[in-house]
Amino acid sequence: MTTATAKAPARVIARVRGGGRDRPTLLKQLILQLICLGILFTVMFPVLWILSMALDPRNLSRPDGLNLIPPGASLDAFRKVIAQPTVNPVSFVELALNSLKIAAGTSIASVLIGVLAAYILSRFDFRGRQVLMIAILGVLMLPAVATLAPLFITLNQVRFEIPGLGLFNLRNSLLGVMIAITSGLLPFAIWNLKGYLDTIPRELEEAAAVDGATKNQTFFRVILPLATPALAVTAFLGFLSGWTEFYFSWQFLENPKDFTLAMALYNLVGQYARTTPWSQFAAFAILTALPVSLVYFIFQRYIVSGLAIGGVKG
Amino acid sequence: MSAAAPALRLPPRQSWWRRSANGRLIVLYLLPAILVMGIITAYPLIFQVWLSFTDYGVKNLRVGSPAPNVVGFDNYIRIFQSNLGIPNFEFLRLILYNLFWALSNVIIHVILGVLIAVLLNTKGLWFKRFYRAIFIIPVVIPPIIVATVWRNMYDPDYGAINLLLSGTVGTLLRIPPDAFRIDWMQQVADPIGFIPLPLAFYGMLIANTWLGWPLNAVVATGALQSIPNELYEAAEIDGASSWQRFRNITIVYLRPAMLPYAIYGFVITFNLFYLAYFMSGGGPFGRTELLVTQAYRLVNEQRLYGVGAAFAVIMFFILLVITIITNRMAKATARYDA
Repeated sequence: MTTATAKAPARVIARVRGGGRDRPTLLKQLILQLICLGILFTVMFPVLWILSMALDPRNLSRPDGLNLIPPGASLDAFRKVIAQPTVNPVSFVELALNSLKIAAGTSIASVLIGVLAAYILSRFDFRGRQVLMIAILGVLMLPAVATLAPLFITLNQVRFEIPGLGLFNLRNSLLGVMIAITSGLLPFAIWNLKGYLDTIPRELEEAAAVDGATKNQTFFRVILPLATPALAVTAFLGFLSGWTEFYFSWQFLENPKDFTLAMALYNLVGQYARTTPWSQFAAFAILTALPVSLVYFIFQRYIVSGLAIGGVKG
Repeated sequence: MSAAAPALRLPPRQSWWRRSANGRLIVLYLLPAILVMGIITAYPLIFQVWLSFTDYGVKNLRVGSPAPNVVGFDNYIRIFQSNLGIPNFEFLRLILYNLFWALSNVIIHVILGVLIAVLLNTKGLWFKRFYRAIFIIPVVIPPIIVATVWRNMYDPDYGAINLLLSGTVGTLLRIPPDAFRIDWMQQVADPIGFIPLPLAFYGMLIANTWLGWPLNAVVATGALQSIPNELYEAAEIDGASSWQRFRNITIVYLRPAMLPYAIYGFVITFNLFYLAYFMSGGGPFGRTELLVTQAYRLVNEQRLYGVGAAFAVIMFFILLVITIITNRMAKATARYDA
């Protein structure tokens, strides 16, 4: 410490003047803590509000005040929404399974098909490459809602009789919703994965080629293992949007057995929700958000950086 | 192994074999994506363009029903003239509001994100890691949940915001609770007379600020930590005030990192479906409708498939213009910084 002061007198002067950046004074510390606590309050307020409502045992149709832990807190609301969240005869597990099928199906399909195309776009030059890239970018620019009409009409025309099961309409099925989501998700996956593959040094493939690996082996043994984090992040981002997908499922699906979490959530707050107790809405919102939010929270460092790669490279 | 590597660097093998091997790989790996995107992405988009020139409606949906009439640019003209025969549709207002919505949000997100990142970057701040961990929470909650929860928080009779206001401001100033029945999402009168924006705009701005600043703070924190500490020390020796240090070091270093992110945020906010759809429902009188929610309503509620397709094509060109302008901005600034 004495040698440091001898070497850097300017720092000492700065500290004596009270402008030291290293250790804030107690007063400054307290003011900063106060600001941080204020921000903490605004961030946590909606979260705590929804938690306290979900725990409210009185099954009030509307809350009567702000209590952090309501008197006689219980998990009744959770029990009710797990059994039957809306007037439709479906349980939470059925809704969650439908959302899971949509989210997992679309994200896995997009990543598996996407990584192959992303590798080619990242490593090879061929005729039509530029056109393909511009086409993908153009699709990425357009929000999924904007393709609702053509997808609805096109998928609606695919209908045929299945012996014993009756008429199958692709539009009115989970598969149809998955196709509509993949329509926008696959270009996103290709672009996001290409952005990541571009950062993997080519020397690795050259080394593999020197060692006698075929192109296929290079891809599966060298590139894919290195790209695993990007694959996971891209798949998770796709899963996240599929888990709470609303506009296609709401437009396409008619059979309550096919309904998803987001559709039930809309039923709990929409125009039909006048009689839904808010404690049940709160419990449902928590159950829907918790699985994906926990994963996101734990891995946010990787996910946010993966998001930045895909989003910024325009 | 590494010593032998240079000796093993052979000249390219017979080029025709190599080229065709590459060609086979390219075709094989691209085929699944091309097939899938051709059928479920490209075809619907081309179909959409055709659709936009027809009067496709519910009557044409059933199998075997007559083909829709081709009406030329009629759908486009009616959209531009706000002449769709549906309530509360005003095309120019819709675009202007949507642009203002995205711009106002992003400016607030970036400023708040940078300020809070700087605050949390203070050396010696207690509980820094705890705050950083908690402040990420809005990012990890699905937007549809955020939108529905905030919608209920803004409920005029039982919402947390009104209860909070009457509990704090009301108690302090002795205003009876009945005064706090603010209809945040549907109040018709504008709260600030000379600004033609409904209360729902401000309400959603607050909700989206809650949702939006943390990610900006994460990006800003990364950039802040890459600023060499010596710069601040040197500036301090030269007698720069803390404002001058912030203005001339922090801001200058943050801008190249924040600008691409701000552009990304602008496009995301421009197309933010969930808040406008679930919180205000576009109200009052469609004044907080966005292009995306309007596009959804045209198809989902009005069942005007032809008009909806034309609207989507117009949206494509609006977003194309925005993308070109923002890319130019990003490049211009990058050159300026370099």
